[in-house]
Amino acid sequence: MPTYRELLAQLRSEIDEVDAVRARELLAAAEPPLLIDIREFDEWQEGRIPGAILIPRGNLESRIEQTAPDKSRRIILYCAQGNRTVFGAKTLGELGYTDVVSMAGGYTDWKRNGFETELPGGLDETKRARYSRHLLIPEVGEEGQMKLLDSRVLLLGAGGLGSPAALYLAAAGVGRLGIVDDDKVDASNLQRQVLHSTARLGEWKAESAKRTLQELNPDVDVKTYVERLTSENVERILADGWDVIIDGADNFPTRYLINDAAVWHEIPLVHGSIYRFEGQLTVFDTKAGGPCYRCLFPLPPPPELAPSCAEGGVLGVLPGIVGSLQASEALKLCLGIGESLAGRLLLFDALATECSEVKLRRDPTCPVCGESPTITEYVDYVEFCSGRPAHA
Amino acid sequence: MLREEVGGAREVPAEGENVRELLDDLMSRFPALQAQLIRDDEIAPFVNVYVEGEDVRTLDGLDTPVERGQTVILLPAMAGG
Repeated sequence: MPTYRELLAQLRSEIDEVDAVRARELLAAAEPPLLIDIREFDEWQEGRIPGAILIPRGNLESRIEQTAPDKSRRIILYCAQGNRTVFGAKTLGELGYTDVVSMAGGYTDWKRNGFETELPGGLDETKRARYSRHLLIPEVGEEGQMKLLDSRVLLLGAGGLGSPAALYLAAAGVGRLGIVDDDKVDASNLQRQVLHSTARLGEWKAESAKRTLQELNPDVDVKTYVERLTSENVERILADGWDVIIDGADNFPTRYLINDAAVWHEIPLVHGSIYRFEGQLTVFDTKAGGPCYRCLFPLPPPPELAPSCAEGGVLGVLPGIVGSLQASEALKLCLGIGESLAGRLLLFDALATECSEVKLRRDPTCPVCGESPTITEYVDYVEFCSGRPAHA
Repeated sequence: MLREEVGGAREVPAEGENVRELLDDLMSRFPALQAQLIRDDEIAPFVNVYVEGEDVRTLDGLDTPVERGQTVILLPAMAGG
């Protein structure tokens, strides 16, 4: 049987190595290789190469395929001295990875060359435990979780859609949530508005929401606005600074108002609406070139043609589904990952359990986000949605 | 939405060479749809009509041709939340 040193020397001759200087050159390329740090977590905490992904040696085989599904992509492995990576590179070769190199001399040599390193941002042990399932996802990880903790999402409505959206955003550790709602908890809400409870009947929904969310996750700062969004208060509320807005309103005037505000402030707006068994969902992100709500529906229907959930009813779980999808879109926008629903309208039918999708295009003649906008300041949205002919 | 106007159905068959004929066929059988779909002989601004996932406003509007077997979605705005 070979000794450790003999085995190391033998394997070293079977794998490819690069030194720190060459590794740095490769990492600076237009399509850089994947850089994987296979040290232990406590070593990683003391400093690492920027852009590296941590997969401790003991988890390398089980996690690598998730992190690097393309087995032909070049991978650079590093550890402290360049020994563990010899074994790591050998193993990845056996798993079918065709272009794996071990960085000779490891992190120690990298630092000795004076190359850039970074210190961990500082998720403490409590947060590390709470968000561990996020930290395991390559697309989120520690960096993503810190982004979420720094993110600010405004929710219009703590009702059917706002309930699941707020719960999941709070659970995910979105650092600041704003809740705009001027209603009180009513018995008829509890069939679907899972932020509230029987004991909270008669309380302001925004305050009830705040209590629920802070019990769920004390990391989250919840700012409440016990008022209806209007042309008069919208600027004040937006001045508090929001990265994403979730529209869970229950009326057309608020939906047109927040659309216009989101266009002017260039804030992505995650739109959801529900009726009986049906849901509609999309993202309006005009800053990214997408359409706005007015491109989708230039005018609201006359009130008599558009029954609300209060008039027509809604299956209790439906907002749970649509609101959760809104939370998912919001998290992706905060993290800057994936493909958002911008430019696509998702239609969900709970009765048939069917999703369909239609294309949504920016309207160059749109009065708000078009090439020559005719609406450039807040209007009287209640009148705009009243069904009476506009005086313009 | 619109299901009450067509007797609760989720999908209804309709015939026509283009969107206009198709909607005329539907509205002749379900007159309650008229107010939901048409304003001034055009598709109402609070409803969208999609042929195979494309908004007909970006095609030829009411003159957009439809072929046998294609799916047409009538989508009104809804505000519930």
